[in-house]
Amino acid sequence: MDKDEAFKRFGCVIGVADASFSVNRGEVFCIMGLSGSGKSTIIRHVNRLIEPTDGQIHVEGRDVMSLNAGDLRDLRARKIGMVFQHMALWPHKTIAANVAFGLEVQKRPLEQRKAAADAALTKVGLAGWGARYPDELSGGMQQRVGLARALAADPDILLMDEPFSALDPLIRNDLQDEFLKLSREVKKTTLFITHDLDEAMKMGNRIAIMKDGRIEQTDRPENIVLRPATDYVARFVSSISTLKYISASEIMTAGKTAGDAAEFGPSTPLPVLLQAFSDGASELAIKDGDATLGIIRASDVLDRIKEDLSRV
Amino acid sequence: MDLSVLLDPFAALQLPLAEWANDSMRWITSNYRPLFQAIKAPVKEFLDFVEDGLRDSPQSLIVIIFSLFAWQIANRAAGIVAFFGLIAIGLIGAWDPAMTSFAVLLTAVCLSVLIGLPLGILCSRVTIVWAILRPILDFMQTIPSFTYLVPVILLFGIGNVPGVIVTVFFATPPLIRLTNLGLREVRQDLVEAADAFGASPFKRLISVELPLARPTIMTGINQTVMLSLVMSVIASMISVAGLGRLVLVGIGQLDLERATIGGVGIVLLAIIFDRTTQGFGFTRRDRGNRGLWEQGPVGWVRAKLNGSKK
Repeated sequence: MDKDEAFKRFGCVIGVADASFSVNRGEVFCIMGLSGSGKSTIIRHVNRLIEPTDGQIHVEGRDVMSLNAGDLRDLRARKIGMVFQHMALWPHKTIAANVAFGLEVQKRPLEQRKAAADAALTKVGLAGWGARYPDELSGGMQQRVGLARALAADPDILLMDEPFSALDPLIRNDLQDEFLKLSREVKKTTLFITHDLDEAMKMGNRIAIMKDGRIEQTDRPENIVLRPATDYVARFVSSISTLKYISASEIMTAGKTAGDAAEFGPSTPLPVLLQAFSDGASELAIKDGDATLGIIRASDVLDRIKEDLSRV
Repeated sequence: MDLSVLLDPFAALQLPLAEWANDSMRWITSNYRPLFQAIKAPVKEFLDFVEDGLRDSPQSLIVIIFSLFAWQIANRAAGIVAFFGLIAIGLIGAWDPAMTSFAVLLTAVCLSVLIGLPLGILCSRVTIVWAILRPILDFMQTIPSFTYLVPVILLFGIGNVPGVIVTVFFATPPLIRLTNLGLREVRQDLVEAADAFGASPFKRLISVELPLARPTIMTGINQTVMLSLVMSVIASMISVAGLGRLVLVGIGQLDLERATIGGVGIVLLAIIFDRTTQGFGFTRRDRGNRGLWEQGPVGWVRAKLNGSKK
């Protein structure tokens, strides 16, 4: 049954259905979809901010659906940090109090809360801003605070609900880079929601593409672009250049080199191949060990670039 | 004959509403009088305590204490308003009735907040309670305030304590409404964020929802204070002493002097109360990131003490 049929027959909307996935420890897992695709609902199912009507959620082997109210609060306070699209900082609390709220909930002593808030603010580059109030900060700084708040209790899991969508493009780019850097340092298992395909490609180790509450494809970024599983995904990625993701094996043709051509592996990225041609090569041999897989002529590369540019 | 009944049906057909009211009131008074007397007792204790305190203390001490209090709670301007306001009340010869009105007002406002705030919170949590309470509040607010007086006399008698009770009845509905409204208007994403970090419903209420609803709730308390002052004249009809009685007697005897003293006294009291209670609405933020006890006279004394230690 699809969304329209359910609406006609029962007068309700399917938020999320048949959307199963698992996130590996330390991985950044992006869920990408347009508004109304159910991505914000699905991330709220993980910590049961929205109660699923059916289905299972497991966090480190624990069945989240079976937790009572107290255990669920404990899971939210200790295991999971969340960042929101519109920051959702409490305007009546100082930055430090905002950041330390998770620890306050856990009834940690004041000194510990202060230390954790300072440490988290330092991590996001806002040391010394603790005594200010949220509306004294710019949008980008506010979202850094949002990130610090999520990190303060040192949770294993980060839920990020379109964290950078409300920011200016340049600031968004900076924060993406910083988050990637931070992410490599702190190694948090991250579920990252976005409606921006470029952002998903940049942030995600793996990406799930959602439509109408269902997952269309779950894959590594390059496979999403090069090998879309459905028409919907294909249409989606059609605006993205494949050139960044293709390698020698996608360009080569069968055949043998005439003479003494330079040799490359099948996973060689395009820029390296282009460099070889601009250094004067006329054709390249693609080899896996001793076996010749194929050859690439300059015209093959040019055709491939032309094809990419002429996509819709 | 038949036709005339159809044309003027209300000549013959009558619902005995008056009788019902009479019967039910008689039934309540004969069966539950002890209950209403029991409600009256603690109110009377509190009221007497406040009134005795206000009337027996030296006048200048009261002026100083209340000015400092207003300064502490709100700001220096409120302290100055309280200082000159109280002096003006004394100079126009309204001191004693003003202290009585003050006591009635203080008692009524405390009771209203004690009843209204929890009820407002409950209404915002449990929609069914709000659905039931809402028409009752509509009824309480539209019924002419004089109408309250009759059942209150029958149940509680006359005097200052029934005056407090009728004032509470009149002044609490807006506080319930505005508390409920304020809590329901809190941005949902801020509430969700508190949930996401594992806050219990109580923790969420105390540290996120109530602070964010505070301006609306303070408007409610302000309304309660102002309505209590309005009621002080009406309540004087059931023999409540104070400034309201001066106005009432002034109307009855066309005595402009007393009416003026009573009226101006009420206005002065209203200004003092309004300025001071506004201070409850101030956040730490409004005070420039200073706590309540780091400002005003207490803050000044503390700063001096700390200075002398160093």
